[in-house]
Amino acid sequence: MTGPHNAQHPIPQDNTPREQPDPSRRDWLFHIGVAANIAAGILLGIPLVGFVFSSFVERKDPRAWISLGPLESFPEKTTRIATYRNPFTRPWDGETANIPCWVRRLTGNQFQVFAVNCTHLGCPVRWFKEAGLFLCPCHGGAYYEDGARAAGPPPRDLYQYTYKVESGELWVKGGEMPTLSNPV
Amino acid sequence: MNWLRNLAVWLDDRLHLTALYASTAGHEVPASAGSWFYVFGSATLLCFVIQVITGTCLAFVYVPSTNEAWTSLQYLNHAQFLGWYLRAVHYWGSNFMVAIMTAHMIQVFLFGAYKYPRELTWVSGVFLLLCTLGLAFTGQVMRFDQDAYWGLGIGASVMGRVPLIGSQLVHVLLAGPIIAGETLSRFFTLHVFIIPGLIIAIVAMHLRLVLTKGINEYPRPGRLVHKSTYDAEYAEILRKEGVPFVPHAIGKDLIFAGFVIVGILGCAFFFGPKGPFGIPDPTIVDTNPRPDFYFLSIFAALALLPDWMEVLVLFVAPVICIVLLLALPFISGTGEKSARRRPVAVLSVVFVMLTIAVLCYMGQTSPWSPKMDAWSADAIPVQFVKNRTPLQLKGALVFQNKQCRNCHSLGGHGGQRGPALDAVATRLTEPEMVRQVIQGGGNMPAYGKKLSPPEVDALVAFMETLHPQGVPPVRPSDQRENKLPRDFAVLRVTK
Repeated sequence: MTGPHNAQHPIPQDNTPREQPDPSRRDWLFHIGVAANIAAGILLGIPLVGFVFSSFVERKDPRAWISLGPLESFPEKTTRIATYRNPFTRPWDGETANIPCWVRRLTGNQFQVFAVNCTHLGCPVRWFKEAGLFLCPCHGGAYYEDGARAAGPPPRDLYQYTYKVESGELWVKGGEMPTLSNPV
Repeated sequence: MNWLRNLAVWLDDRLHLTALYASTAGHEVPASAGSWFYVFGSATLLCFVIQVITGTCLAFVYVPSTNEAWTSLQYLNHAQFLGWYLRAVHYWGSNFMVAIMTAHMIQVFLFGAYKYPRELTWVSGVFLLLCTLGLAFTGQVMRFDQDAYWGLGIGASVMGRVPLIGSQLVHVLLAGPIIAGETLSRFFTLHVFIIPGLIIAIVAMHLRLVLTKGINEYPRPGRLVHKSTYDAEYAEILRKEGVPFVPHAIGKDLIFAGFVIVGILGCAFFFGPKGPFGIPDPTIVDTNPRPDFYFLSIFAALALLPDWMEVLVLFVAPVICIVLLLALPFISGTGEKSARRRPVAVLSVVFVMLTIAVLCYMGQTSPWSPKMDAWSADAIPVQFVKNRTPLQLKGALVFQNKQCRNCHSLGGHGGQRGPALDAVATRLTEPEMVRQVIQGGGNMPAYGKKLSPPEVDALVAFMETLHPQGVPPVRPSDQRENKLPRDFAVLRVTK
């Protein structure tokens, strides 16, 4: 933009031809400069991208076997909530890393361990013992006690954890938020 | 005072302030643009500035850590001097910003201001809209409570539905396989650095385009935009009735800005900050997550849509909407500007706004969600149990204890997920009730495994009594005689 003061003090016009520097040398310097900066940009960019997306670089199976407690805490033919400390955790996670799940013990060592996340949009389903239903508060999804979809918008049955019974305790393989593309 | 003048001249000479002023605040606008309809853009920017200032202040105290965020919000609300007020201003500022931005967008659309040669002003505005919605979503996560936690869960579940790369997208969104320490940091960075930075950059472009391409003249019906003649016409308008924006066209902006500030401060003072609600502990499953009002309409749509439409609405519809918005100035870049001659434009605004408003209302009331405590909190109204036989009373107990009330209301109390049962006996015959209870159907779970035959008998005996006085229950024989649809009985009742 041309300010008024430039107009008041015009730069004197010099009509003598400028001394032209060697164009090939100027071009060469320009190209080298651009190339050097592209290289430097890549050197800076790679670690930046690597840092931001580090969870992909170091991606390993985040799931681990976690004990939900002794078998005695899950009486037969009942469904109860159990919580575990998520194996994928940061020191500053606090209560957020405590993950709930619904444990249904059929008989003996036969279990069903459901993720609380509704298969519709991940809200926490609640167990209603008398009705024998899991109900979701968000959009009204309903599941039977065996996790089968009963009503509402859910596209599939409740997600189930892989479990095992070992040394008198119930173990589940957890650590990941279940979604449709990654069902536990 | 001569030295002061000299100083001013010196500064002006070095900083070129006069030239800057002449090309920005003092630029010429059509006198007709000094209209009350033209105040929303500057007011949106004002809201953004308020958000930046109050947000910066909040960041002095807020701790973006999953373990501390909730506590620091409580500290802001209750311990920090004026912390509650700053939180309230930031919250209400965001509501005002979304509302006024919407008004700005509607005005620009209805006044045809997006047409030639201001296509890119509109396009940059669309990106500002997206950024603002991004701020709204990430801001709701900053209020790190149960709603925020499960809101993130909803976000992740939506991402998880993307075909092929769903799992990777969940990973990017949550900064890991699950909502954990880095998730909140990620959203904090988006909320306070990345998105505001983008907004500042795009606003700069938006404003520069307003300066270079001029503000839209107040449209007059019948004055069409032609690419070949418009520039000359606009120059002619400026020559004839151009006035400097400051001071001749900014008056109404200033007055509206004052009202906006007073409105935000007033709402903040009287209504206070929002939340934080329950602690973000996922083991508390007794929660009822709801998004802030900007996203309530989408939340509601997801409850009401049939299954097969969900993927379309989640992924295809947003893309179509954004592409349509971006393409608008190129599809209808010329022609009529005045809303008086553009009925389709007016109707589409009315349609879109009504849809959003109705969905918001439905999201607020959520009739599709079971009322989780109805079975234990809402007793069956007396009129439904007076003068009943022991079997019917037993049925009322079954009805209550088996948590039927969570979805079915009686006397206006209870869930609205299923139909109200005040007059169910006028719609269903006894065998139909038995079948419905045992087999379910029509979005009702089957209770065959959860009810013993005597319980079913009692329950149905009770439901048989649910009909208004003077309207008899339907009998199987009734239906065979008159072939009227079952709902006819309901019509009779309501008449």
